[in-house]
Amino acid sequence: MTAVFEIRIHGRGGQGVVTTAELLSVAAFTEGRHAQAFPTFGSERTGAPVVGFCRIGDRPIRTHEPVAEPDALIVQDATLIHHIDVFGGLGDDGYLLINTSCSLAELGLDAFVRRFRPGRVLTVPATELALTHLGRPLPGAVLLGAFAALTGQVRPESVVAVVRERFTGQVAEGNVAAVRAAYDLARATLEEAAHALTD
Amino acid sequence: MRSQIEGSRAVAETVARCRPEVICAYPISPQTHIVEALSVLVASGRLAPCEFVNVESEFAAMSVAIGASATGARAYTATASQGLLYMAEALFNASGLGLPIVMTVANRAIGAPINIWNDHSDAMSQRDSGWIQLYAESNQEAADLHVQAFRIAEELSLPVMVCMDGFVLTHAVEGVDVPSQEQVDAILPPYRPRQVLDPDAPMTIGAMVGPDAFTEVRYLAHQRHREALTVIPRIADEFAQEFWRSSGGLVRPYGCLGAETVVVALGSVLGTLKDTVDELRAEGLSIGVLGVTTFRPFPSSAVRAVLRGARRVVVLERALAVGMGGIVAADVRGSVPEASIATVIAGLGGRPVTKASLRAMLTDAAAGRLDPLTFLDLKDDVVERELRRTG
Amino acid sequence: MPAERIKFYQTGSFAVGNRLLAPDQRAVQADADRTNSLTMGHRACQGCGEALGARYVLDAVMRAAGSRAVTVNATGCLEVFSTPYPESSWRVAWLHSLFGNAPAVATGVAAALKAKGRTDVRVVGQGGDGGTVDIGMACLSGMFERNDDVLYVCYDNGGYMNTGVQRSGATPHGAVTTTTPAGNSFGQGKSLPLIAMAHRIPYVATATVADLRDLEYKVTKAMGYHGARYLHVLVPCPLGWRTASDETIRIARLATETGIFPVFEAVDGEVTDVTRIRRLRPVVDYLRPQGRFAHLFGDTPSDDLISRIQAEADRTVRTFGLTEPDEVM
Repeated sequence: MTAVFEIRIHGRGGQGVVTTAELLSVAAFTEGRHAQAFPTFGSERTGAPVVGFCRIGDRPIRTHEPVAEPDALIVQDATLIHHIDVFGGLGDDGYLLINTSCSLAELGLDAFVRRFRPGRVLTVPATELALTHLGRPLPGAVLLGAFAALTGQVRPESVVAVVRERFTGQVAEGNVAAVRAAYDLARATLEEAAHALTD
Repeated sequence: MRSQIEGSRAVAETVARCRPEVICAYPISPQTHIVEALSVLVASGRLAPCEFVNVESEFAAMSVAIGASATGARAYTATASQGLLYMAEALFNASGLGLPIVMTVANRAIGAPINIWNDHSDAMSQRDSGWIQLYAESNQEAADLHVQAFRIAEELSLPVMVCMDGFVLTHAVEGVDVPSQEQVDAILPPYRPRQVLDPDAPMTIGAMVGPDAFTEVRYLAHQRHREALTVIPRIADEFAQEFWRSSGGLVRPYGCLGAETVVVALGSVLGTLKDTVDELRAEGLSIGVLGVTTFRPFPSSAVRAVLRGARRVVVLERALAVGMGGIVAADVRGSVPEASIATVIAGLGGRPVTKASLRAMLTDAAAGRLDPLTFLDLKDDVVERELRRTG
Repeated sequence: MPAERIKFYQTGSFAVGNRLLAPDQRAVQADADRTNSLTMGHRACQGCGEALGARYVLDAVMRAAGSRAVTVNATGCLEVFSTPYPESSWRVAWLHSLFGNAPAVATGVAAALKAKGRTDVRVVGQGGDGGTVDIGMACLSGMFERNDDVLYVCYDNGGYMNTGVQRSGATPHGAVTTTTPAGNSFGQGKSLPLIAMAHRIPYVATATVADLRDLEYKVTKAMGYHGARYLHVLVPCPLGWRTASDETIRIARLATETGIFPVFEAVDGEVTDVTRIRRLRPVVDYLRPQGRFAHLFGDTPSDDLISRIQAEADRTVRTFGLTEPDEVM
């Protein structure tokens, strides 16, 4: 088991990438683990590419360098895929989670993803789920539900707890519903793919 | 209480528990989250009695802090980079008047060219201002240093700046045990000024001192800083007794005992250095890290005690003395004149200092292959092209 | 309207006329128990208008504040001549700020007093025209905008006198200084009282050392308000203006009588009272006695410049209604 699990999240300013990384770190924290989250910094203009980093581990995390070789990559905005090098440093053992309602082929990634291990690549229509349950196109927390299913690095209930602590009222419950929906959908997709492999 | 919290928030919450009476600040990246959080805390009434003054410049911020401190109030402000420079005159004023102001500096580069990212240029440029300078390695230490800073400042009647790497620490969310009010009260008594503006006992503060007395005033200031070399470790010990963790102090050696090569550094880069050195040691290299927590006064004896036995010293700088080279290295050399020192300028203007680059550099260092002055991750092709172009 | 305008003169001086008044109406300076905030022994030049003004201002402040006031002083003549270490001629709680930040330091003092619940202690910030109009402008504006509880007093002698008579933003049109050797350009001027009024602070007033009762009155009135207050006091500088050292008060009076320096009060940004000019005089009466304007006269007089200065004074008289008939006769 590696000492530290490193995640990199790509999105655009205004989509809550920084919050996503932070919520993930808090979720890990509630499970008694050490976690760290921070963004790339800049004059954050809405729409400009933004990167969030997160580290999760069982020992105190000392370093603060950016995550160059992520164990998991989350693409919160699929339009970034062919514009910037979102996949840099992601090894063949890594996890890949993309927020999209398109297929990998439609994204032009079907060849690319063949290098990854089975059950480590996942697409989730997180924005749509957010719109359905929350009424707003904020896919961050939703993606964390899928992340929990994909990597097992945090429990879905931890994500739910953090969402409830961070948000209130309808926004909280809408997010919780979306998180659970994403987790269930991710589990189902991964199981189906696993069965397809063994058939 | 331990929570997963942004560095700026941890600092704000800690400063709030230090019972400040006047907080004044002017916004500048990357300090803004600290003062925003404090203004919310003040507005909530939790800090009463505390005045939060929204000033019109950093120069005004330090000026307000000076007036407040001279009137006997515990005063706090925060800034970075250009803001620190803009208040430079007032920095010297505060230390010259012996006012125990505490200020957070969210270390950031200085323009031109304008750059809002992290390095140590700002605080380093004011190293002669007479302020005590403490550098935090982590957000936990950043929070802890503020408690110690008020104690140190008020005991010595000297202002203290707590340096924490801008963005890298201020905007990182990680686990921090924010001190409770009871814990802080146990270690930080109310401010008792050495001299104060009081109509019931009027005095003149800030007279014009001529050639006949100025030297003595400055000599005494220097002695006060030397006294700090004893006060700072004592307060760090007291802190450890109360809080059960080690924060602050003069220096922090890591694996230096018997190490052939020791790399010296300040601030958050120490975390990455320790990870790197752990790997290298596992591969058989004899290498250690010396973190310098107190940069002013410079802890010469403590540094010397650690580096004396090393064969090679590498000083990893987060700032550059243009036209000269290393800033920390100069002080290290002054403390250990016989050492073989290589200066490495790293992470200027926020360029990440990566484990990969440190590995390569330290391997070279251990093998004696480092030049006296190098720039980590310098884009040689870019500079060579420019130098050719400009002849 | 100022109460009891004294029309009884004693040996040509406006400063006294006290023995015939009831004790509570006498000048602060007539009181043997006055603070004497700026006591003897300071190193000011003979005839210094600023030393005179500062003593009057601070004694009036201390009387109004029940001897509970803290003073913050910008760098400049006043600070330098009053605190030659190891001596100080201040008998009040006094802090030297820096050059450009006296208003901000005063704000800090006020904030600390508020945090400590010492609402009985008042705060005064003071400085010359250089430290107020030029380098201190940003801090002053900030203090005004926040309406901090500070009385700021500007002693205006039209230049950086302490450093050797250099031009400031308050130097009048045509005046010679060491950095305007051919005479200051005819700019549009920079009226700090008007700028202060634009901030709509509770009280703004101008005064001179020619009418010291009026100066005391305005300080006392200012102390009756809380919030940001501004007092602009004209203080001739014999050295810089090249006037005789016994002419200080007379020159200040000429500044008011020619309309060059309007004396008025404003509350919340609106002029509420002006001091009328009893006998309007032409500006040359004010300019001629001053060596810094000597180049306007002599063999090649600058009639053009003088008429422009006159036109400016005329405009000031008109704007403030300085020669309108007095209601009380």
